[in-house]
Amino acid sequence: MDFLNAIVALANFVLIPAISYGSQLALGALGVTLIYGILRFSNFAHGDTMAFGAMVTILVTWWMQSVGIGLGPLPTALLALPFGILGCVALVLVTDRLVYRFYREQKAKPVILVIVSMGVMFVMNGLVRFIIGPDDQNFADGERFIISARDFRAMTGLDEGLAIRTTQGITVVTAIVVVAALFWFLNRTRTGKSMRAYSDNEDLALLSGINPERVVVYTWLIVAALATVAGVLYGLDKSFKPFTYFQLLLPIFASAIVGGLGNPLGAIAGGYIIAFSEVTITYAWKKIAIYLLPERFEPDTLVQLLSTDYKLAVSFAILLIVLLFRPTGLFRGKAL
Amino acid sequence: MTETVKNTFLFAIVGGLIVLTGFLQSWNSALLILNMGLVSAIMAIGVNLQWGFAGLFNIGVMGFVALGGLAAVLVAMPPTTEAWAAGGTGIIISLLLGAATVIAAVLVRTWMHAGPVRSLAMLAVIVVGFFVYRAVLDPSVEAVEKVNPAATGYLGGLGLPVILSWPVGGLLAAGAAWIIGKIALGLRSDYLAIATLGIAEIIIAILKNEDWLSRGVKNVVGLPRPVPYEIDLQNDPSFVERAAGLGMDPVTASTLYVKLGYAVLFLIVLGVLLWMAEKALKSPWGRMMRAIRDNEVAAEAMGKDVTRRHLQVFVLGSAVCGLAGAMMTTMDGQLTPGTYQPLRFTFLVWVMVIVGGSGNNFGSVLGAMLIWFLWVQVEPIGIFLLELATSGMADGPLKTHLLDSAAHMRLLTMGVILILVLRFSPRGLIPER
Repeated sequence: MDFLNAIVALANFVLIPAISYGSQLALGALGVTLIYGILRFSNFAHGDTMAFGAMVTILVTWWMQSVGIGLGPLPTALLALPFGILGCVALVLVTDRLVYRFYREQKAKPVILVIVSMGVMFVMNGLVRFIIGPDDQNFADGERFIISARDFRAMTGLDEGLAIRTTQGITVVTAIVVVAALFWFLNRTRTGKSMRAYSDNEDLALLSGINPERVVVYTWLIVAALATVAGVLYGLDKSFKPFTYFQLLLPIFASAIVGGLGNPLGAIAGGYIIAFSEVTITYAWKKIAIYLLPERFEPDTLVQLLSTDYKLAVSFAILLIVLLFRPTGLFRGKAL
Repeated sequence: MTETVKNTFLFAIVGGLIVLTGFLQSWNSALLILNMGLVSAIMAIGVNLQWGFAGLFNIGVMGFVALGGLAAVLVAMPPTTEAWAAGGTGIIISLLLGAATVIAAVLVRTWMHAGPVRSLAMLAVIVVGFFVYRAVLDPSVEAVEKVNPAATGYLGGLGLPVILSWPVGGLLAAGAAWIIGKIALGLRSDYLAIATLGIAEIIIAILKNEDWLSRGVKNVVGLPRPVPYEIDLQNDPSFVERAAGLGMDPVTASTLYVKLGYAVLFLIVLGVLLWMAEKALKSPWGRMMRAIRDNEVAAEAMGKDVTRRHLQVFVLGSAVCGLAGAMMTTMDGQLTPGTYQPLRFTFLVWVMVIVGGSGNNFGSVLGAMLIWFLWVQVEPIGIFLLELATSGMADGPLKTHLLDSAAHMRLLTMGVILILVLRFSPRGLIPER
């Protein structure tokens, strides 16, 4: 019984949060990795692109809530998501036209593009704060739980409850759908194949008649969609605050690099690796230890390796380890 | 118009703007802008060393600046004797144990043959070391933080003159930069950017959460000063007499006197650094750096050790940022980890360097003074513009929202300035020669 309780507690406090956080990171890292693979620079504005997409979604959600459109048990934000994606697409396409295209034509060094993306990051950040303000925004509605801890306890008779929040369920399902669609697109469609070809070898792709501007536009379309989905899911699951999206940049980049920059499979794996390490290292294991260990060994401390304030330090440490021992990432980056 | 005339003219304009602030607003705020401008100029020289000389992209300036601030606390605050008695030794021992763990792991890696056994051994060393470290650290930290938490609750500093903390701040930042550089240099250029972004966030997290070190978010206030206190000046009859001779009341005169004191100290440091940076730029070392920046492959073919030179200049530049951080904390008289924002300390310095002219030390100084001036003044201007724009609007939620958002104009303006300069004048106000 104690063993079952331990497993349930583990699932409740570690596995489920880590899976949903990992899915959000994976979606973010996919965007970063696609930009790196095709446009060939590290896009520091990605966190704020996510924030912008999420912001548009939130505004539409509020409007829908005010006129009474809803999805019943599901959050209204899912209905508003397509509008968020459209807004985000418009933003990145305008940015590309006004800012990035000039450097692309000049064949500027990647580091210049990185600095430019930093400027874009601040403009986007300023825009988001200007429109919606720097504060926390809550926009989740609908049913809160798929299974609440109390129902679970009543159902199984265990001491430990297992709660699955609706947002966590939606996160995982959406992530699977989006990733499946992305891989189908990259591997099966003509446009997807031309994107991969362009990423592999720009000159050869140009020679075989691939239109680079078209590839770039498609990349931005996909990236905007991924960023908005990731941003909205993160906002639903935790809360929307512009500054946290800036801070997400580090775990997202860590995920993309751990998996190998430019490699979409790697980005997904990296997202889960980072999320699981963050959650397991900052979780207080006391509860599970009490279930599993004989009474004599019961810990009197929290058995927490690092306080949750150092979440960022975990992704950073993993990043450093990968840079030290395998700088191309686990999946050998730069192949789309 | 020759180049020197043009540059003098540019500096004169910025000086004129600050003097204008003095006449229109108050001399107090003009001197505040000048002092922070001087500190920013030192940070900009540090970033210019890295970016302008060597093409290294460091976006962790905030972290190095914060380390400098930490140095000011560790050097200048009086030691908390009871806290040292309660847990000082424990903390020192645990830190040594932590260092020993890392060294042991490195030794295992160098001595054993590659393979799963080595990986397991390293993992074992790190895990055991970590638990021992925490076992020693935790009780000591608890004991230290229990010592009068409202006023101290930390180990305090060494009680030395605060000026000493300036070079120490540089050294701390250099140490952190060495570790990061050792790992991330020699790889793709964006890895350094991400690694520095990370270290900056982590340094701030440490400053916020390790109460035994610098009181965390409770802040350390009342740092000793290298200049006299206003209240002492006001009680000094000869100072009051001299102030009266200039036709000023003693309170205003004393604040101005103190700020001028800082300005002189900062000018001396800035002058020395500027002279050294100019010498470095014109020396064979500086030419080599620029050669490496412009073509790494060619420089490597000429027998230059690119990674080592990069590490060297990265450490130097970060040390300058740390020095500036210590100076800033000294001037503020307090360490407040909550105020370290990447936008303010990393990004703004970058805008300064790029607007001023990367690769040119004078350009960085000019950019720093100009951008700092704008940073301070954009907010009132933004509020004024928005008030003007909304003056015809009826009172309502939209109007209040717009007026409330004026504060975020800064981010937007600075981002737009950076993008515009990079696009239309990538060499900056005073281009590299």
